[in-house]
Amino acid sequence: MNLNLLSWIIFLPIIGIIVIAVLPKPGQKTVKWIALSFALASFLISIAMFWMFDRSGSAIGHMQFEEKIAWIPAINAYYHLGVDGLSIPLVILMTFLGVVSVLVSWKIQLRPKEYFIWILLLESSILGVFCSLDLILFFLFWELELIPMYFLISIWGSGRKEYAANKYLIYTLVGSSFMLAGILSTYFITHTFDLTALAGISITSSFIPLTVLFFLLIVGFAIKLPVFPLHTWLPDAHTNAPTAASVILAGALLKMGGYGMIRLCVSMLPQIAVQYAPVMCTLAVIGVVYGAAVTMRQTDLKRLIAYSSVSHMGYVLLGIFALNQVSLAGASLQMFSHGVITGLLFAMVGLVYDKTHTRDLNNLSGLARQMPIIVVVFSIAGLASLGLPGTVGFIAEFITFAGSFASITIAGMKIFTLIAVTGVVVTAGYMLWMLQRVFYGYPLDKYNGVKDADAVEMISTFSFVAVIMAVGIYPAVLTNVINMGVAPIARLIGM
Amino acid sequence: MLIDEMKYITPEISLLCFALLIVVVDLFVTRKGVLPILSVIGALVAAFFTVGLWGNGGISAFNNMIAIDQFGLFFKLLILASLVLVVMASNKYVLKFEKFQGEYYAVLMLSAIGLMLLVSAVNLITIYVSLELSSISLYALVSFLKDKASSEAGLKYLILGAVASAILLYGMALTFGLTGSTGLTAIADYFRTSSTASPLLLTGLVLIIAGFGFKIASVPFQLWVPDVYEGAPTPITAYLSVASKAAGFAVITRILMTAFGQPDWLHAEWAIIIAVLAALTMTVGNVTALVQTNIKRLFGYSSIAQAGYLMVGLAAMGMATQGNADIRSGIIFFLFSYTLTNLGAFIAIIAISNKIDSDQIADYTGMGKRSPLLAGALTLFLVSLTGLPPTAGLIAKIYIFNGAVDQGLLWLVVIAVINSVISAFYYFRVVKVMWMGEPASQDKVTSSWPEWTALAVCCIMVVIIGVAPGAFVGLTQAAVKMFGI
Repeated sequence: MNLNLLSWIIFLPIIGIIVIAVLPKPGQKTVKWIALSFALASFLISIAMFWMFDRSGSAIGHMQFEEKIAWIPAINAYYHLGVDGLSIPLVILMTFLGVVSVLVSWKIQLRPKEYFIWILLLESSILGVFCSLDLILFFLFWELELIPMYFLISIWGSGRKEYAANKYLIYTLVGSSFMLAGILSTYFITHTFDLTALAGISITSSFIPLTVLFFLLIVGFAIKLPVFPLHTWLPDAHTNAPTAASVILAGALLKMGGYGMIRLCVSMLPQIAVQYAPVMCTLAVIGVVYGAAVTMRQTDLKRLIAYSSVSHMGYVLLGIFALNQVSLAGASLQMFSHGVITGLLFAMVGLVYDKTHTRDLNNLSGLARQMPIIVVVFSIAGLASLGLPGTVGFIAEFITFAGSFASITIAGMKIFTLIAVTGVVVTAGYMLWMLQRVFYGYPLDKYNGVKDADAVEMISTFSFVAVIMAVGIYPAVLTNVINMGVAPIARLIGM
Repeated sequence: MLIDEMKYITPEISLLCFALLIVVVDLFVTRKGVLPILSVIGALVAAFFTVGLWGNGGISAFNNMIAIDQFGLFFKLLILASLVLVVMASNKYVLKFEKFQGEYYAVLMLSAIGLMLLVSAVNLITIYVSLELSSISLYALVSFLKDKASSEAGLKYLILGAVASAILLYGMALTFGLTGSTGLTAIADYFRTSSTASPLLLTGLVLIIAGFGFKIASVPFQLWVPDVYEGAPTPITAYLSVASKAAGFAVITRILMTAFGQPDWLHAEWAIIIAVLAALTMTVGNVTALVQTNIKRLFGYSSIAQAGYLMVGLAAMGMATQGNADIRSGIIFFLFSYTLTNLGAFIAIIAISNKIDSDQIADYTGMGKRSPLLAGALTLFLVSLTGLPPTAGLIAKIYIFNGAVDQGLLWLVVIAVINSVISAFYYFRVVKVMWMGEPASQDKVTSSWPEWTALAVCCIMVVIIGVAPGAFVGLTQAAVKMFGI
């Protein structure tokens, strides 16, 4: 029985776009309800798929819900979709964020029709990246994501939005250009674009040194993750993007980088990955420490969260290049966890900004009195971000560090891990400090009239909290699946 | 028999009949609206005859002067399609030279005839004659506005074109002198029996490449492009940037593959020349485009850059032993998608300039508010030119670069993809201007139905090719069948 579930998940938002586009002069209300219903449909199907996902041992190392149709026969490109334990949490993450980002944008006034079209297109393209098993298809979705994000930042953003949008565009294009060269070289060497065939294939080449191939492929992912020193687009893009775009950007888009690294670089070229793991881990540790240090100095709430992302995505990089099954699973879970936690943080910053019209820490104080619900949710997000037990943040960081500390594939992992763990301490510092400055202290009179979260805002933010808590309390719901995904990859490395 | 072979040029003959008919009708009819209709009908009739010849793979006619092969027929259809789209886009623009509408359409069709003969010519003499037929028509068309810029553009095009023709002719003369033949297959026979070529013969080859380098606007023969593109009537700019360029690439592909395609030492010679020229062409085109403020000039430089990407394909073709058919199909596919994209972009530009009477990018500010459809279409084409999904441009680039990597030209592909990034700067600058910022006037920008139709065709095709290219790739694979190889 083949229901083409993955195609439905990816293309439901696009069908939503078509519906919105063909409606003559739809009202703002119609548009957002259409967007919500298609995003929700996609989310529900992905949940159903997660429920149907075969968790038996025999399914390890196999793609599920596969679809494969010839697409461009001339270059052996297929429309080939499938998910395994590595990608399915990210698919669910994205469909979830898709629903929430529509809710977060519920009050959007400026050109709502175009806005929701771009949000839905963004969702489709990111889902496509996570589900593609053909390199050309993967690349197509990878590039597709650029266009909606460019418009979302440049039209609905704030501050230096055009600068930020351009910077985002150029950074991503540079990375993907090298990636295209890498993908084509891969094809030349192996004569396949099929990711399932490429994983574990033993590649030898006289045409191009494999190291070059590895770096051609990884640059694009490193920019997206982002890896220090390629991260400078991120604070600008985040700070100036509209809330929903920030939520998706931090929540799902960055994960394309980590996912790509595991799926392409590590699976295809495990030996090269082992060889260059110390370099990547060094960058990861620098990212963690540098990101955390810079976060301390931020006074703009959004910029603060953005830099904390640089720091937290360093854990992902560390987990990936510790190249150990536990650390890889930790990195995957950290991607999910960072997705929901940072997504929620950006949503909360968006709320605070909506109510107070400022994101400057120096102008905020004592909001706890004026917006009690927001303060609770914001605090939960902050505490999850610093890894409080009971939240998904704790589990993810714990597994990542436990895995990387125990890794014996790479020399010196213990040192790297010990340095990286300091990031957690600094996170506690800036998160608590930020919460204290915004919500506690003396209430300012000028914010006396501000409203607390309304019903729609509560639905969206509470659903984040539910996910953070649920996975935090019962992580096996995801780790079981993730382990199935990373086990074959860890086997390739020989661990 | 000669008269029997007439059937092979029925497309050209029918188009010529319609061109003459237009001149006559123009004398007697006051409602000039009938002229574009006649042109479109003429093009469709010619296309009908062309399709009728399809499948007649690899016949030569008139004593090996022209060939009827799918390669040539495909390009004839492409030229006719661009002719139709250009005529539809000219609908309102021709009011700028109201008195000469008949001549405009007739000369446009004559140049199409020249290009159609050019893509099927397999003899240096027919190649030269048909090239001149199309070029002379184009010289006239470029100066049609008869204002200062247009006349200057026409004169510049004429003088540089004449120089290029002379260079080409010199190259052809050298080739003829040393091989003793002007037929492409006969030249190929000469090479098959020789193991080296005299330096003079290689000079001839280089001069031929140079002569066509003018037509396809490769560095260092690209200097005419910006001025001519800016000065010419915009529909003619569109026509120059697609039909003329596609025909140029078709004929250079044919010459290189048929006459100079074998043996291995020979095609390696020109492959490396073209690879270097390709790198220069795209870099010069893209970098210079960055500072343009006039949209037509910007597209001029952009078309130079696009020619550079196509030359990556040509170079790969030269690297391949036995002339890899997939690479040729990649070149054809790129030209196909580039034609639709660039024509679409120009149709949008024509529609906008009809209303705002300016080609300055700054005057496009807020076009997204004044006409969301036109601005949206232009954005789609710019996205396609940058090479982003879901458009034809991305697939075309992947296809052509894939062939190049396959032939060990990774260095060239890396230069090409870096160039794609540079191109994003100026393509998205136009996008940015259109969608951000407040328009100077709140007037809606609209257009006439022929323009809308042409625009819709281009938009739909660009997206369909971008999403489901299978059928079109199949078509271009059929179109690689070339007489003599």
